[in-house]
Amino acid sequence: MTIILALLIGGAFGFALDRVGATNPNVIVGMLSLRTLHLMKTILLAIGTASVLMFVGQMAGLVEVGNMSVKAAYGGVFLGGILLGLGWAVSGFCPGTGLAAAATGRWDGLVFAGGGLAGAAAFMLTYPWFEGTFLMEEVAGGKATIGAVPGTDYPALIPSLPGDVIGIALGLVFIAVALALPDRLSGSRASAVPAE
Amino acid sequence: MTLSWKTGGVLLGLVFFLAVALVKPIGVSTQFVIFDGILWNAVDTSIVVEAVTSKTGFSSPNAYLDKSGGSYAKAVANPVNYGFVFVVAILIGAAVSGWLRGSFREANRFMPQVWLANFGETPGLRFAAAFFGGFLVLYGARLAGGCTSGHMMSGIMQSAVSGYIFAAGAFLAAIPTAMLLYPREV
Repeated sequence: MTIILALLIGGAFGFALDRVGATNPNVIVGMLSLRTLHLMKTILLAIGTASVLMFVGQMAGLVEVGNMSVKAAYGGVFLGGILLGLGWAVSGFCPGTGLAAAATGRWDGLVFAGGGLAGAAAFMLTYPWFEGTFLMEEVAGGKATIGAVPGTDYPALIPSLPGDVIGIALGLVFIAVALALPDRLSGSRASAVPAE
Repeated sequence: MTLSWKTGGVLLGLVFFLAVALVKPIGVSTQFVIFDGILWNAVDTSIVVEAVTSKTGFSSPNAYLDKSGGSYAKAVANPVNYGFVFVVAILIGAAVSGWLRGSFREANRFMPQVWLANFGETPGLRFAAAFFGGFLVLYGARLAGGCTSGHMMSGIMQSAVSGYIFAAGAFLAAIPTAMLLYPREV
């Protein structure tokens, strides 16, 4: 059964990634250079929608709280984020969108996936460098959420806050930011170049 | 072709919601390690071995595959698991979407317009950038314990502190890099 769900949800995710333009490096670079924020608005709305639905579902008792999986916070999360950000801007792909792009026939997506396999292999071999260092020490409570989510053992960054209500509130903030964000933040189009 | 941000955002949000409602949050980058492990184990069968002493029943001489009671080693030994099939299904879903919009008939499928505008006709340089970028992205994702999907989307939707830390690092690096590398827009 979980394999069928993997096929259905994974298939829907791949389809959606392509349909929102995330498989197109022009769209990713446009977003990261703050010139075309269409995809940023899409992502913010997606995070907000998913967050509101999940926490409302939990409060209504319709969504299994135990399905949540909160990742640990440690120094390597920030450093790894920086490395990923560099590669993301250079290539115009991230792991999911690079694979999806390769599947739509993009050769640069396929090469990105090859580089990704090499990078993952390099991490497998160099993991002992990081093990036991300060970079892997948990910070901000480790596997923490912002408020305390009822029914979970996750520590809360601010224990007095109800995690489900905060989750809904933050979700609504993400939706509001998606609505408020202009189509572009950086500069203006210097010359009227027809799009494609 | 591309969905409006409202339709696309709700569609993508529903997928992330369904994943956590039915199974668990979406993640992608771990499966690069699992695929590497499958290849490695195919040429050297001592990389993943059954071990009664480990929590999952599998262990590896590679410290990374062996961590968390050999959970990655177990996934390498049994690739028909949720996480790996999920990523294979991403490929199928994206291929269907691409086929429906004619992506396979496009003549230029390796040089984005924004690349042509800033670096010109240099296929070798584009492929080097894609490979080098992929290397950095997956090395960084594994150091961080997740990627744009697992940390940024799934993490932030669950109000995970780690998701915000990851997003801060990723955008702090990506925005100036993109602005410097691609001053000309398309």
